[in-house]
Amino acid sequence: MAGRVRAIGLRLAQTVPVIIGVIVISFILTRALPGDPAVYFAGAMADEQSIQQVRETLGLDKPLVAQFFLYVGDLLQGDLGRSISTGQPVLTDLAMRLPASLELTLSALVLSCIIAIPLGVLAAVRQGSWIDHLCRVLVTAGVSLPTFFTGILLVYVFYYLLGWAPSPLGRLDFIYFEPPRVTGFYLIDSLIAGDLETFAATLRQLALPTITLALFTLAPIARMTRAAMLQALSSDYIRTARAAGLSRGKILFGYGLRNALLPVVTTLGMVFSFVLGANVLVEKVFAWPGIGSYAVEALVASDYAAVQGFVLAMAFLFVTLNLIIDLSYALIDPRIGFDTK
Amino acid sequence: MLSIKDFAVSFRTRRGEVEAVRGISLDLATGETLGIVGESGSGKSVTSYALMRILDAGGRIKAGSATFDGRDLAQAAERDMQAIRGREISMIFQNPRAALNPIRKVGHQLEDVLRRHGRATRANARAKAIEALEAVRIRDAEARYDAYPFELSGGMCQRVVFAIALACGPRLLIADEPTTGLDITTQKAVMDLVRDLTRDRGMSSILITHDLGLAAEYCDRLAVMKDGKIVETGPAAALFADPRHPYTRKLVDATPRPGAGLRDLLPVETRTPLADHAPGDRALVQVRDLVKTYPGKSGPVHAVKGISFTIREGQSVGLVGESGCGKSTTSSMLVRLLDRTSGDILFDGFDIAAIPADRFVRDARRSQIQMVFQDATDSLNPRHSARQTIADPILRMSDLRGTALTARIEELATLCGLPLPLLDRFPHQLSGGQKARVGIARAIALDPKFLILDEPTAALDVSIQAVVLNLLADLRARLGMTYLFVSHDLNVVRLLCDHVIVMQGGEIVEQGPAARVMDAPRHLYTRTLLAAAPRPPAAIAPATTSAAE
Repeated sequence: MAGRVRAIGLRLAQTVPVIIGVIVISFILTRALPGDPAVYFAGAMADEQSIQQVRETLGLDKPLVAQFFLYVGDLLQGDLGRSISTGQPVLTDLAMRLPASLELTLSALVLSCIIAIPLGVLAAVRQGSWIDHLCRVLVTAGVSLPTFFTGILLVYVFYYLLGWAPSPLGRLDFIYFEPPRVTGFYLIDSLIAGDLETFAATLRQLALPTITLALFTLAPIARMTRAAMLQALSSDYIRTARAAGLSRGKILFGYGLRNALLPVVTTLGMVFSFVLGANVLVEKVFAWPGIGSYAVEALVASDYAAVQGFVLAMAFLFVTLNLIIDLSYALIDPRIGFDTK
Repeated sequence: MLSIKDFAVSFRTRRGEVEAVRGISLDLATGETLGIVGESGSGKSVTSYALMRILDAGGRIKAGSATFDGRDLAQAAERDMQAIRGREISMIFQNPRAALNPIRKVGHQLEDVLRRHGRATRANARAKAIEALEAVRIRDAEARYDAYPFELSGGMCQRVVFAIALACGPRLLIADEPTTGLDITTQKAVMDLVRDLTRDRGMSSILITHDLGLAAEYCDRLAVMKDGKIVETGPAAALFADPRHPYTRKLVDATPRPGAGLRDLLPVETRTPLADHAPGDRALVQVRDLVKTYPGKSGPVHAVKGISFTIREGQSVGLVGESGCGKSTTSSMLVRLLDRTSGDILFDGFDIAAIPADRFVRDARRSQIQMVFQDATDSLNPRHSARQTIADPILRMSDLRGTALTARIEELATLCGLPLPLLDRFPHQLSGGQKARVGIARAIALDPKFLILDEPTAALDVSIQAVVLNLLADLRARLGMTYLFVSHDLNVVRLLCDHVIVMQGGEIVEQGPAARVMDAPRHLYTRTLLAAAPRPPAAIAPATTSAAE
């Protein structure tokens, strides 16, 4: 047990250099981008002198190393700079938009797990049956249909033709008020406020973009579940369990699925990472005020502070995510912490 | 108690239905131990899986019946089978570590079975599980309850598998190669335990094995299987003394045993006189104070603790010991795949240990020291044909190209008894014995002086092992090679080697001429090893002609 605690501690310590690295890289990257931030900050009407003044106030006339320490100092105080397109501190923007993206991504992942894992298990158990073929069709469709296409298709069918879904404009229909902000997740906040009506409205608004993203993320999860389950079911310990007369349920879930979970969790982590970055298209289709569309807008407008803030936020998110995945490995697999360094 | 009649099992494959078991009939009395012996592909394991009805998808019982206690196992409903498995009939398997769920505590795995068959409740499951562990003589069972399989040794894992099998008091135990992959002393301990406990409980048992010697030692009666059929049954001693069927005769012959020479392992009609080989006087390899220490989590691990020995030119030296004794580490250092911590390895008087392992590849002596690996399948590149595999070292280390290269490859193949048309096949298209021949051809491609053989026959069937061992002896005589033969099987070492080195815990505990060490062992450990080896009853066969080496 002590070995495992140490292994977890070591894993935590490993995140520190990664975070430092990310800060350095994001700093250098934004400095390497073409264009002079001082010109942008000074505005369109500025003359040479005012640009110089801006440059001095921003500290851009100092050597790069000094700038870096200023930047780190600001970071430590939680100051990520101010966005020129929204006029607000980047931190405030991110705090507004990150939960929107996370709420969408997480609900999509939960939905796709609910469908993909049982589907993969069934496909593995009844290999070659209709459910295996259904799994294959869904997986192929999921990877081959781009999200903006499925998104628009869903909007066309369920909003325009059938009228079941609310208008695809943001997180909440305009007739509702935002729930009092606690976590930034509308679903949770509305429950905390005890406002079931808003909760239902949020859910309705979430449905289409969630399904769009879930269709996309379902494919790798279902595939991996099927493959991992097939491998687990063909292993020797399953044969032992069968020879011992254990019930089918115990063999499939207690012995098979738990062993198959490791690769599934790995895939889940990867899917989460690329979806967070890639759901810009879904956010655009559904006018979702998320972090993806924020970053794209910032990039187009050469809003460096915002871009930098986005990169940092994403990096932190990835680091945390990987940490959670590694720690959940340790929970699933007792071997981890002993034979890994 | 168990009566099998005209039992047939088939598998659906892409190439149509394949019959794995083709109508066998067997009877097993209460308290009897039956051995089913056969080589890979004989259908012996499939028979046992079919009896338990745990065949893989695609397999089915095609015909026949298996009556156990008045019930036909071939026809029983799955629900009834679930109640029979583990409670009436249970099984233990080969590779015990893989046979246990790797991420579940062994105590919990025991509880699963106990509770499933109503032998324990939630309240007393833990106590019952510990009881079951104690029943298979696991010391400190209380602490083992919380262990995961990876924390236990192979022998201990097999005891746990055995505990699971015995937990619900079954009346029939099927043991499917229960000691494959275990050390010889562990094998003896496990087999003795199985014999004692089944006898104490009046259980019947079926031992499935490829090892005729093991089966003869532990079974009352043997059934020999070949290609899905039983070719002969009878009491163990009688089967050895007077095998009726040619296949049984071949198996009995091929089983290494005291008193039999290398050629005696082969079928009578293929026995040719064994060419003599006389070890020279010059030292080819001199190992002096060789030490290997690995850094470990709880302090350094001393794998090899300062060993010294000499291998003379033309000599065959056997390096014997159990897993973890340092024999593999030693052979890896000799073949220069691993760097030593300290000490010298003089090859032809030159200290090759001074050349780092990663630079030895480009050393001229690389071609002089070659290796034949343990697993003939894993040590071949699956995407290279036999021809490419054999050509590989020649292309790297010599200037032979074009027709000269082709001629050389064909010469090597002929030398190793590999039919030329097989040269363009890939490993998966070759049999185990053919793959072993490819591995040997590759190793001798550069005319090495010194060949290290790392358990080259461990994964082979006995009849193929007999052929490969004889091939090695022929090559040795023909090419004048020096062998270091690493093995845990003393009977095999005795056949091939002039000199034996016994290792234990990283040290050499005994070394000397093979006959002396085997017949009059001085060290206690050597005696333990020799005592643990199964001793097949001596074949009183009239055909034992050629003289032992």
